[in-house]
Amino acid sequence: MTDFAIELNGICKRFGAVQANRDVSMNIAKGSIHGIIGENGAGKSTLMSILYGYYHADSGSIAVDGKTVRIRNSQEAIRLGIGMVHQHFMLVDNFTVLENIVLGAEGGLLLKDGMAKAREHLQALNRDYSLEVDPDAIVGELGVGLQQRVEILKALYRGADVLILDEPTAVLTPQEADHLFCILRALREQGKTVILITHKLREVMDITDAVSVMRAGTVVGNVRTADVDKEKLADLMVGRKVTLKVDKAERAPGAAVLDVRQLCLTDARGVKLLDDLNFQVRAGEIVGIAGVSGNGQSELLEVLAGMLEPTSGEIRYQGADLLQEKSSQPRAALYRKKGIAHVPEDRSREGLVKSFPMFENAILGYHDDKSVSKGGLYSRQALLARTRDFIRQFDIRPDNAQLRVGLLSGGNQQKVVLAREIHANPELLLIGQPTRGVDIGAIEFIHKRLVELRDAGKAILLVSVELEEILALSDRILVMAGGQISGEVAARDADTISLGLLMGGHKH
Amino acid sequence: MPRWAQLTVLPALNLLAALLVTGFVTWMIGEDPWECLQLLVSGAFGSGEGIGYTLFYTTGFIFTGLAVATAFHAGLFNIGGEGQAYLAGLGVTLVVLAFDHTLPQIVLVPLCILAAMGFGAAWAFIPGWLQAKRGSHIVVTTIMFNFIAYSLMLYLIGHHLIEAGSQNPTTREFGQASWIPAIHQVAAGMGISLPSTPLNLTFVMALLACGLFYLLVWHSRWGFQLRTVGVNESAARYAGINVSKTIILAMCVSGALSGFAAINELLGSTHRMNVSFTNGVGFVGIAVALMGRNHPVGIILSALLFGGLTQGGLELSFEKPVITREMIIFIQGLIILFCGALENLFEPFIAGLFKRKEDK
Repeated sequence: MTDFAIELNGICKRFGAVQANRDVSMNIAKGSIHGIIGENGAGKSTLMSILYGYYHADSGSIAVDGKTVRIRNSQEAIRLGIGMVHQHFMLVDNFTVLENIVLGAEGGLLLKDGMAKAREHLQALNRDYSLEVDPDAIVGELGVGLQQRVEILKALYRGADVLILDEPTAVLTPQEADHLFCILRALREQGKTVILITHKLREVMDITDAVSVMRAGTVVGNVRTADVDKEKLADLMVGRKVTLKVDKAERAPGAAVLDVRQLCLTDARGVKLLDDLNFQVRAGEIVGIAGVSGNGQSELLEVLAGMLEPTSGEIRYQGADLLQEKSSQPRAALYRKKGIAHVPEDRSREGLVKSFPMFENAILGYHDDKSVSKGGLYSRQALLARTRDFIRQFDIRPDNAQLRVGLLSGGNQQKVVLAREIHANPELLLIGQPTRGVDIGAIEFIHKRLVELRDAGKAILLVSVELEEILALSDRILVMAGGQISGEVAARDADTISLGLLMGGHKH
Repeated sequence: MPRWAQLTVLPALNLLAALLVTGFVTWMIGEDPWECLQLLVSGAFGSGEGIGYTLFYTTGFIFTGLAVATAFHAGLFNIGGEGQAYLAGLGVTLVVLAFDHTLPQIVLVPLCILAAMGFGAAWAFIPGWLQAKRGSHIVVTTIMFNFIAYSLMLYLIGHHLIEAGSQNPTTREFGQASWIPAIHQVAAGMGISLPSTPLNLTFVMALLACGLFYLLVWHSRWGFQLRTVGVNESAARYAGINVSKTIILAMCVSGALSGFAAINELLGSTHRMNVSFTNGVGFVGIAVALMGRNHPVGIILSALLFGGLTQGGLELSFEKPVITREMIIFIQGLIILFCGALENLFEPFIAGLFKRKEDK
């Protein structure tokens, strides 16, 4: 009997030229909450995937409960008592909670017997950890927070003693996150071990007992949480001092560049995704839109970028209503030509074509630009020259313009998108989740560029689920809940608590 | 695994596997596989005449291969090359029958080419439009359009275009003004003597088309839009690319390319249209594009393989009556199976070998 639930020794894993994990060792104490923190691309997810049997380590060993094991697939991980709650839930939306939980562990020939047994077990788990999940609810009708609890139940039902949570709070309101933490503490009290992967320092400080800091595939520190503070952890993570604060001078905004009036969007089922939105974005101003994801922010960005047609309303841009414009080209192309640049929320699905080299991604959306083509054929020289400019100005790594964009890290991918959109010298920049999946070093850089753009008199509409980001960058903050604007706050008067309440739909 | 190995070792292994199975079957029916292989290769490449025929078949396969590849780059699987080539043949025939005694060759041949492209494109336009605007799956519609084309041609040739007084379902012979000069004739004009084969100037057009295809797909604005739509429709929409227009146009270009297979056959060789003139050229194009990885160089090489197989196979069935035309189609099927459907059969194994070598 040892005190460690999991021991990782000298784990190495390489993907092609990328060393994702290099000689990673850590011991995770039984009955503790252990944080793994690191920038994106630091190798946290790879390490957990190895532990959960998705990948195989090139070398190194894993011990569970003191016994060295080989985990070849996730079934073996489950058998060893390891459970995983993924960032993207693996649930069947039109099944009930109970059906989702027995899925893959139905037991026996007849569904009925297994279900009855599962129901009892489930109620016991529900009680023990105060999860408050109704076994007969349809999963698709539950909120994200509850869906996550279903995932946790699923893992516990399969007998997990060690629970891995991958960025669990990314989709939650602050209040929901607090509830999650209560559940995690209850799990710890019952002797379960929790591994929490995150890049949020606050969470690590709030809840973990010990923390492993990863950087560039290696462990740079295994510490007890009580012995460190936020600044020390941030230091370890990036290997140098970082300021989480953005230097930003007060600035008087100019005329309204964007003036949205009574904007509504109703989907095919009649659900109001955008409900009577009215707001302005002025030149030299960053307007932040806060809100839990899925409350209409994504649709708002797509409508303003011309990718979605609103049901009614006006989008006045530099005085004229964009929706009245007649054009044979797609609206997205038209708006872009008028000086509206767009960094989409989902950069890997929309903002980039991952299988294309960097120099082709450098013109996505601006592929009609006459300065890079002659007689319908692109000039490879011009494309490469432009891309090398981007690489230099935005410090994109690796600095190879011919590299497929899919091989870059999240932060560098985002720099490619941002470089492209800023290069177009827009009057209005729409930007969604500018630093999602981006490492701290790059976050600082991206924030600085956005403030520079604002200081150059451009209008910026920023959508982010990261409250700290909204607070750091915005001049004014709008909060969206249920497709409506539930409140507007000047940045200097805002704090996370009041914003959190607005995000939950409490109107001012 | 390095890229060069992916492009050379894997196809070679796949081909070898197909040949091994073929050899086994040949042995089963009581023939000597080694001797058959020699006959096949020498039939295809062993003589000037063999090479001429091989390149003639290759020409058609290059065009239908490019046709499939064009659609493929837009994320579309165009199974309808056969029907599009068929309809292109109708276009050519209508023009020829109307003008072959009035227009000179210099006008008539280009006109025929335009008709082939136009009819091929039009036949591909409908499935393209249905896919882009109505969401009807292109694989299903293009397959159906092959059958419609076949029935339509059967009817038209049988009832309207058939040569007066003939019992064969063919048109009358086309006037010489519509013939595309054979390579051996062109060579003879330059004082070079080549054996007489149906290889004609369409082959040169095929090579030109490969060059154009390369520029169009990888260096032009349209190609950029095409490939963006093909790999990531969301990104295309984000970039303001008109997705349905791109899909429809890609299908039209694909159909027009298929049309050249009809030019090669009708104006280059048979000089009349019969009901089975396409003879599977559109279907082989799918295999050619698959095996050639939708790249013009690969398409030329795999078209050459299938061309050689067609010609060598005919020679082989001539020498060995046991080996029928069906056997040759069987071999082609095996190659398609190993190079297409089982493309990555040996990949893990080879990748493992390379990895071990690297680790040392």
